[in-house]
Amino acid sequence: MSTFDNPFDPDRNLRGGCECGQHRSVAEHEQASPALRCEPVESEEKRYEGVVASAVMRAMFPQDAARRAFLKSVGASTALAALSQFFPLKTATEVFAATGAPEKKDLKVGFIPITCATPIIMAAPLGFYSKHGLNVEVVKTAGWAVIRDKTINKEYDAAHMLAPMPLAISLGLGANAIPFAVPAIENINGQGIVLATKHKDKRDPKDWKGMKFAIPFDYSMHNYLLRYYLAEHGLDPDTDVQLRSVPPPEMVANLRADNIDGFLAPDNVCQRAIYDGVGFMHLLSKEIWDGHPCCSFAASREFITTAPNSFAALTRAIVDATAYASKAENRKQIAEAIAPANYINAPVTVLEQVLTGTYADGLGGVKTDAKRVDFDPFPWQSFAVWMLTQMKRWGQIKGDVDYKAVAEQVYLATDTRKLMTEMGLSPPTSAYKSFAVMGKSFDPTKPDDYVASFKIRKAS
Amino acid sequence: MTSSLRLRAGLVSIVLLAAFLGIWHLATRSSGTVAAMSPEYAKLMGLTATQGKSAMPGPLDVGAKLWEHLRRPFYDNGPNDKGLGIQLGFSIARVGTGYLLAVLVAIPLGFLIGMSPLLSKALDPFIQVLKPISPLAWMPLALYTIKDSSISAIFVIFICSIWPMLLNTVFGVASVRKEWINVARTLEVGTLRRAFTVILPAAAPTILTGMRISIGIAWLVIVAAEMLVGGTGIGYFVWNEWNNLSITNVIIAILLIGIVGMLLDQILARFTRMVTFPE
Repeated sequence: MSTFDNPFDPDRNLRGGCECGQHRSVAEHEQASPALRCEPVESEEKRYEGVVASAVMRAMFPQDAARRAFLKSVGASTALAALSQFFPLKTATEVFAATGAPEKKDLKVGFIPITCATPIIMAAPLGFYSKHGLNVEVVKTAGWAVIRDKTINKEYDAAHMLAPMPLAISLGLGANAIPFAVPAIENINGQGIVLATKHKDKRDPKDWKGMKFAIPFDYSMHNYLLRYYLAEHGLDPDTDVQLRSVPPPEMVANLRADNIDGFLAPDNVCQRAIYDGVGFMHLLSKEIWDGHPCCSFAASREFITTAPNSFAALTRAIVDATAYASKAENRKQIAEAIAPANYINAPVTVLEQVLTGTYADGLGGVKTDAKRVDFDPFPWQSFAVWMLTQMKRWGQIKGDVDYKAVAEQVYLATDTRKLMTEMGLSPPTSAYKSFAVMGKSFDPTKPDDYVASFKIRKAS
Repeated sequence: MTSSLRLRAGLVSIVLLAAFLGIWHLATRSSGTVAAMSPEYAKLMGLTATQGKSAMPGPLDVGAKLWEHLRRPFYDNGPNDKGLGIQLGFSIARVGTGYLLAVLVAIPLGFLIGMSPLLSKALDPFIQVLKPISPLAWMPLALYTIKDSSISAIFVIFICSIWPMLLNTVFGVASVRKEWINVARTLEVGTLRRAFTVILPAAAPTILTGMRISIGIAWLVIVAAEMLVGGTGIGYFVWNEWNNLSITNVIIAILLIGIVGMLLDQILARFTRMVTFPE
């Protein structure tokens, strides 16, 4: 049910409704969609204005037919002008944008300095937090375990975490079980497999037996994607190669020192290895699974229940920043904003290559892939189910797990959908979608069959 | 003779430094060999790849960068980027707090233990087990129980600097010459007065030596602890620059850590000299 639907309207569910499910009829959907969609609208204010205007419009002409007749006869812009004559649209928009005063204004958000955290970081220098009435300090943190502990200890109100981490924390894997929630995915794609330059002729994974690879953390998409990729090529990641958990900055140094043969790492680290001439890009992670999630924005359930308005404002700021980052034309500006020592602390050239997708591949070529990294906040619960299947596949979860229940408890698709709708964005109506990883499709309704379908996995 | 010795030692020091810098400079020159690459590819690559620049900075790079830092040591660009002066200030404040707490606990406790042979024997096994534990091994436990990273860092300083002081105090107090105590007894000096006027001055040099060892350890530990916990401090600075693979800044930080450690040690060495007495 959309926020703008009239709950007292007896007709609401009787008609078929529209394709997006937010409107009472197809006509109304068509009417509202230009104002509700995010893409054709230039600015935030305009988007909110659109939402408020259509709400007012609907309030004044509750009858669809009457409204359409009115709009047809005078035209939409005249109607809007007429409306603002006697209704203070501007004030209403401002009031709408500032819904629910946050309980706590000064917040601390932890991040790891990689481009996955782009929305969290850029929201500070580009003013997304302050726009939503928050005073957020983004704090750089030394590693995934530290960010986990600091968030659990409430030193951070919310934090940047690898997408599987909130699931692992909620399940009590590698930590005490504490209910965590993910209101937004940070980035999709944007990782890569980098190999040392001396392996430039070993492009077939079948030749990788005995090599040493680094991953950032055990509960990471990097771990699952690399294992998946190796297993699809017939290598057992537990016995045929060595996987090591290494903090991202040390990966480049280790690659230079010849301690590892390659890594599947978050970006700016991949590009940094190329920039420093120690490795080459073997594969972008999007070639394994186009549109895979990587990092998430996470907070404890406790924070959400004690400060719901702060949490909502924070989520709005992140979703806003993510929407901004998803536009290619903003990427250069973002790269410059997040490069200084206060944020990621990396050369601007490296960040630009990651974000714009025009990059040196380390073998003398320049490649272009605009979707090398992308940003999409919606926390698909099917993503969570997939991660759980991989935890099960590689023995991180022992015994049975209720995939759907865990996914729905941790990935807050419903709340995020509501917020996104309020913000005038159009979120998907379902929280589950099926997708393909290396050509093999994943059906979120049959996770157990999916796990069983893999030949290479840890016997449990 | 002594002045000429000092002069000669100074000369040797300077020659050694010059030789070190010279070798460093030569070893880190560009190799000059570069693979051919197209200009648009070269634009996307770093200097190491395009100009064969050594990954290790030379002394001139470090000097230039150091000058840059020294010119504005107290800048503050937000929570994750502060000047070296501020970072050192944070580290020294942390070390100071943890260390003072340790002094407050270790010296009175050491006194009690040293004056009582029974306690000394009873507590010895515990101290022996706790003493050799690497301070960083306490870190996860501290983070877990204290639930605050900056207090955890102070706790780690406290726990690692307490043992040398405690042991030295116990040893110093226990090995005060029996004659002096017996003289005090014959003169019917009270226990408290005996502790302050006879034992304390006699044990002071040993206690100060313990304190000097402790400050050294505390300074060693803070850098590692801050690298782990992050946020502020010179250890965080090292980690942050390591993240950016900026070896130049890491070398500068190493230099500064060494200088500050030396200064702290010198301060306590001076105190030690003040309480030393000829026998």
